[in-house]
Amino acid sequence: MKLLVIEDDRETASYLIKGLSESGYTVDHSGDGREGLFLATSGSYDAIVLDRMLPGMDGLALLGALRGAQIRTPALILSALGSVDDRVKGLRSGGDDYLVKPFAFSELLARIEALLRRGMQTPTETRLRVANLELDLLTRSVKRGDKLIELLPREFQLLEYLMRNAGHVVTRTMLLENVWDYHFDPQTNVIDVHVSRLRQKIDKQFERPLLHTVRGAGYCLRAGD
Amino acid sequence: MLNPPPVTIAEKLRLPAPRRWPAAAALLRRTQRLVRTHAFRLAGLYFAVFVLSVLGVLFFVYWTSADFVERQTETTLDAEITGLAEQYAQRGLSGLVQIVAARSAGDRGDGMLYLIANRDGRPLAGNISGWPEGTPTASGSLSFQVEVAGKGREESHPARGKLFAIPDGYRLLVGRDISDAAAFRGRVTTTLVWSGLLALALGLVGGTVMSRNMLRRVEEVNRTAERVIAGNLSDRVPRLGTADEFDQLAANLNSMLDQIERLMAGMREVTDNVAHDLKTPLARLRARLELALLAPGDRSAQAEAIRTAIGEADRMLATFNALLSIAEAEAGVRSDFAETLDLAELAGAVAELYEPVVEEKGFAMRREGVPGVLIRGDRHLLSQALANLLDNALKYGDSEIVVAVSRDGGHAVLEVRDRGPGIPEREREAVFDRFVRLEPSRSTPGNGLGLSLVRAVAHRHNATVRLADNRPGLKVRLEFPEFPALAE
Repeated sequence: MKLLVIEDDRETASYLIKGLSESGYTVDHSGDGREGLFLATSGSYDAIVLDRMLPGMDGLALLGALRGAQIRTPALILSALGSVDDRVKGLRSGGDDYLVKPFAFSELLARIEALLRRGMQTPTETRLRVANLELDLLTRSVKRGDKLIELLPREFQLLEYLMRNAGHVVTRTMLLENVWDYHFDPQTNVIDVHVSRLRQKIDKQFERPLLHTVRGAGYCLRAGD
Repeated sequence: MLNPPPVTIAEKLRLPAPRRWPAAAALLRRTQRLVRTHAFRLAGLYFAVFVLSVLGVLFFVYWTSADFVERQTETTLDAEITGLAEQYAQRGLSGLVQIVAARSAGDRGDGMLYLIANRDGRPLAGNISGWPEGTPTASGSLSFQVEVAGKGREESHPARGKLFAIPDGYRLLVGRDISDAAAFRGRVTTTLVWSGLLALALGLVGGTVMSRNMLRRVEEVNRTAERVIAGNLSDRVPRLGTADEFDQLAANLNSMLDQIERLMAGMREVTDNVAHDLKTPLARLRARLELALLAPGDRSAQAEAIRTAIGEADRMLATFNALLSIAEAEAGVRSDFAETLDLAELAGAVAELYEPVVEEKGFAMRREGVPGVLIRGDRHLLSQALANLLDNALKYGDSEIVVAVSRDGGHAVLEVRDRGPGIPEREREAVFDRFVRLEPSRSTPGNGLGLSLVRAVAHRHNATVRLADNRPGLKVRLEFPEFPALAE
C-alpha cells in the first residue's frame, strides 16, 4: 500500500513517515502544496494524508484541483482547525475524512485503514460475515451460528460499522462520528458501555469472543484472538 | 532598517505652518479645518438657499409695492387721455379747453397736471405754467420735470405724462406729479436693501454658529473615540440630555463601548483562567516527564510515566477543545447550520447515547415529552450542550435523570432534572462561568466548562438557561423560541 503524505511541518512529517512505514506502508512525502498536487496527480497512491495549511497551495485548494482532475484517491485532511464548520468545509472540498491535530497515531492509522477499505467495498453487499457471525442488511437480522440475536437499531448500526471494518481497529471517536454522527467528546465513557452491551449480546454465550478491546486505541471485531 | 518610520495620518495631514505668524497660521488651520467639515458645507448650502429665498421675497415685495404705484399712474393717465379724447370728439376743441380748465382749477390733491397748447406751445388752458422743455410734439408717454409752488419757493418735481396730439397742431398733455411715488419707491428700496443685508448677516452668523455647534458635538465623539483607541476603554461620550440625534448617537456609542468593555473584561478573565487552568496540568506533565528521566534504568516505570503524560495531555486537549467549542458557539459564525429540529427527537437521540451509561451507574433515565415541538438551531451544538448536561447529571446526580421536552407559552422547553445535591441559589449564576467548579466537586474529574458551553449554545439560539431546585436535585431549564411551523 502506497501513501502520499503532504505536510510542511518537518517534525510532524517525519513522525508520520516513521509511524506509517513501521505500520507497513510505503510513504512518499512532500512539504509543499504544488509539489504535493503534482505527485498526487502523477503517482498512483492508495491514499493521501494532507495538512490543511500548506505553503504554495492550500490543502483544500489542492483537493479541489485533484477532484477536478477526476482523481478519486481517498484523502484524509489533518488540521488544527477543529470546528464542525471547518470539518464540513474540508469534507465538501473533496476530503474523505478529517482529523484534528493533535491526534493519537493509532487514531490516524485506524482512519487510514478505514479509508483504504472503503475503496474496496462492494456496495451491493447485503450480508456481512465475521467467523460465524452474520448480519443481513436486508432483513436487518443478526445470527451467530444458528442462534438469532436480537439487537436494538443503534446496536445494529454499531455492529454493521464494526463488521465493515472487521479485522481493523476502530476508535471511539470513529464510532461516535460514524454511528451517531456526533463530533464532540463526551466526558463519560458512553461508547464503551454501548460496545460492552453489544458484546454481551454477540459474545456472551459463545466460546470464542469476536469483539476485542484494543488498549489505548479502541475496538476490533475479528475472528482470531 | 530599510523601512521608513511609520507616518501617522495626523502627520500626513499636517499643513505647512509659517513660523513667523503662529497665530495667523493657527487661524488659517482652523479655517481650513472648518471648510473641510461636513457641517460647514451643509451650512454653506443652507446659506445659499437662504440668500436666494430672501432675494426672492424682497423682489416680490418691491414689485407689489413700488412698481404697483407706478403702474397705477400709467393706468390713470391712459384713462384720462381716453376720456378727454372722447370729449374732444364730441365737443371739439373749445369743449376740451373748458373741461381742462375746469379740471385744472384748484388743487384736487391728486397731483394731476393738464395743459392744452397751440402749435406755438402757448398754453390755452391747464395748471402748468408753460410747455415743458424738450417735450416731443407727437402722441406718446413721457417723463418731465414740473415746477410746483412748494413752501414759499418753486420746487422741481418729477412727473409722468401722456401727450395727445389734436389736429391743427394743438396738443394736450395729461400728467401726474410722481414725486410722492418716487419718494415711496426710494423708501421701499432703502428698506428692502437694509432688511436684506440684515437677513444675510443673521443667516451667516446663524449658519456659522449652527455648523460650529454641530462640529463641536462631532468633535466630542471623535475625541472620545481617539481616547478609546489610545486604550482608555472606560471613556464615554458626554451627553447633554437633549434627547436629540446627537444625544442618541452618544448613547448608542456609549452602550457599544460598554459592551466592548464587558467583552474585553470577559476575555481577560477567560485568558487568565485559561492560563491558570492549563498551566497547572502542564506543570504536572513536565514534572512527571522529568521524574521519568531521573530513573533511566526502569523501563516499565518510564513507560508508565509516558502513558500518564499522554493521558494528561489528552485531558488538556479536551479542555482546549471545550474552550474552542464555547468560543465557536459564542462567535455565532455558523448561522448557515441552522435547521428546523424536533426538540424531542434531538433530546431522544442524545438520551439514547447516554442511556446505557446511566443504567450502568444504577440510575434510571426517564424521557418525557411531546413530539412536534420545533426549534431552529444547530444540531451539533445543541446535542453537545445536552450531552454536557447529561454528563453533569451522571457525575453529580442520584437515582433518576429526567430529560423532558415541553411547550410553554410560545417557548420550546428542554429540561434535564437530576436527584443530586443541586446547586445553592447564590451559586447558580457563577457556575456558568468558565472553569468554575463548586467546592465538593473540585476533586472529581472535569474542567468546569460544561455549563459555560451550555450557556453559550443557549445564547446562540436566543434561548434562556436557568437552574432551579428539583426538590431535591438540580433542574436545568432551557427555553427556546418555538419555531412556528404548525398553525395554531
